Amino acid sequence: MQQSRFVPYLLIAPATLFLTLLFVVPLVQTIALAFSDGGAPSLGNVRKMAGDLNFGLSIRNTFLLVLTVIPLQLGLALAMSMMLQKISHGRDLVLWIWSIPLGISDLAAGLVWLSILQDRGYLNSLLFAAGIIEGPTNWLSYEHPISLFVGVVLAESWRATAIVLVILVAGLQLIPAEYAEAAEIFGAKPWTRFRKITLPLLKPSIQSALILRTVLAFEVFAVVYALSGRNYPVIVGEAYAWQQVNQNNGVAAAYAMLVMAISLVATLVYLRVLRVRPETQP
Amino acid sequence: MVQFRTFLASAALAALATSAAQAQEIIFLSTQLRPIEEATKVRQIILKGAPGTVTFVVEEPSPFQTRMDAETQAGKRTISMVGALHGELQPLVGSQGLEPVDDLATKARERGVPDGMMALGKLGSDKQMYIPWMQATYIMAAKKEALQYLPAGADVNALTYAQLRDWAKAIQDKTGKRALGFPAGPKGLMARFLEGYLYPSYTGGVVSTFRSASAETMWGEFKALWTHVNPNSTSYDFMQEPLMAGDVMIAFDHVARLKDALNAAPGDFVTFPAPAGPKGRGFMPVVVGLGIAPGAPNRAGAAAAIEHLLKPETQVIMAKELGFFPVVKAELPADLPGGIKLLAEGVAKTQDAKDALASLLPVGLGAKGGEFNKVYMDTFQRIVLRNEPVREVLETQAKALTAIMSETKAPCWAPDKASQGACPVN
Repeated sequence: MQQSRFVPYLLIAPATLFLTLLFVVPLVQTIALAFSDGGAPSLGNVRKMAGDLNFGLSIRNTFLLVLTVIPLQLGLALAMSMMLQKISHGRDLVLWIWSIPLGISDLAAGLVWLSILQDRGYLNSLLFAAGIIEGPTNWLSYEHPISLFVGVVLAESWRATAIVLVILVAGLQLIPAEYAEAAEIFGAKPWTRFRKITLPLLKPSIQSALILRTVLAFEVFAVVYALSGRNYPVIVGEAYAWQQVNQNNGVAAAYAMLVMAISLVATLVYLRVLRVRPETQP
Repeated sequence: MVQFRTFLASAALAALATSAAQAQEIIFLSTQLRPIEEATKVRQIILKGAPGTVTFVVEEPSPFQTRMDAETQAGKRTISMVGALHGELQPLVGSQGLEPVDDLATKARERGVPDGMMALGKLGSDKQMYIPWMQATYIMAAKKEALQYLPAGADVNALTYAQLRDWAKAIQDKTGKRALGFPAGPKGLMARFLEGYLYPSYTGGVVSTFRSASAETMWGEFKALWTHVNPNSTSYDFMQEPLMAGDVMIAFDHVARLKDALNAAPGDFVTFPAPAGPKGRGFMPVVVGLGIAPGAPNRAGAAAAIEHLLKPETQVIMAKELGFFPVVKAELPADLPGGIKLLAEGVAKTQDAKDALASLLPVGLGAKGGEFNKVYMDTFQRIVLRNEPVREVLETQAKALTAIMSETKAPCWAPDKASQGACPVN
């Protein structure tokens, strides 16, 4: 009896140790780096970050991207998962094809879309062949911020909708069919059934999917970098530039802290807003 | 069985031989010549005649610094010698990653390394911290078909910024293409263009003249020129790629970043110096240096390898195979490959231009080199790409520049006039 009390702790020890070593230690070091200058505590790095040319712009861009991409992905994933429900033959095949982007790295996805959208890319070739444009059009230059933004949104949605989809599909499978059947007997239309039954019961899955996606979306970098280079500054891109190009890891650490703070706040907001009371769960 | 025993014996012998070789192995870590074809040439051709076993290992600049610092902190050296750009060797002085090589300096001078370049190798200290190894610079390259649009009376080898603008404008008017390109992408070397070419040409300085009236005129004119520049320039890292793809016809870049295009079709291109402004034709020589790590496992071997790399015959082979030019006195042979020959011509025309105005790489900035570049790139972005008012931008960016200069206490370097203490932003 005495022994078994320690077993759970023993079992979680490796994971705890692993996370402490590879997460907590670097985190503490990054905090120290961000809030010190030459070994002494200082807000110099934070001030430098806040005074930086791209500071406001990168925050605006990141939020704009998150606020566009996340609702779009959630809507798409909901629609796709509902459609999957109705398919009886070949459902697995469709799901498998839809989740292909999951297996592709950010940077590779960015490069795929670059090859489509750049001057001599597939889109331009297609439009040119169809006689819609007269020559290569520069969709991704700093002179066309809107098409650049649309390009980034397209690539980001293509790449990361699948993860939301997979979580929602798993959640849908947990909802007992009886609820919908009962509602149908009482004459509820499909839209009402979706709004009053599916959506509330799917809330825990939506919450997980949103937290995961939002945190990752605030960290968006590789896709933007591949498509736009410096033309669309985002927060993590600025952290990268301060580390690699400007060679000031203090300011880079301050940017990293900023991303972490934003992600934490977003997570707390989701946990609060999408709270699911135990008694409302199936 | 006999066969097996022979095998064992020879395996043991081989193991012995390997460990003996490892004892005198000289690990040579370089940030330069990283592409596999270039590294292979270094291993198979350039280091072939070197005494001892030199193992050439390449690393990107950032991991290079990390590895050097890690070895210093661990107190265990595996690397004997390093080869890197002047600006990449600078931070190693502060982090104890280099030891003085004064013993090799006399020989290097005898071989004809210019005094100015040897002085750069002191990295702001009073000891020789690295020996110059090879050099390069930035030039311009253009497709021959672009020459027909040159404005009347313009000599491609003695262009002014106004003529470059008219040339690019003429091409745009005739072909509808913005055919002039600059490497202003995330990994491009646009900052060097601003510091070593544009600023010196217009203002005769880099730091002290940062917000001068002539700088204001310069930005105004450069902004006008930029209307004829390919807007993809903010994504170009290496100009050889858009040149080869035909996206641009005229480009400015480091010779090593133009090489592939020129080698691929030497007959299609001409090379020429960057344009001149009112104060001359600014240009920036780039120096790659060789240093020895403190506590190197094989210092004598590293010294001998440096000695080998500085031989005139080795330096000529490097020019021929790799497109980096000699720092010692050496005659380049007439049978250079087409692309390299074009590069050599461009470099010679740049250095020998009557109005040439050499601008050194930033000296004495230490780890602030990146932020120094950022001041120039931010100024460029704000004025040229974001259309902010020139005077206002110069005033605010001058504050950032002043902060860097007073923090590092770096005195002015050419072409700015020598200063007592930190270089002032007048």
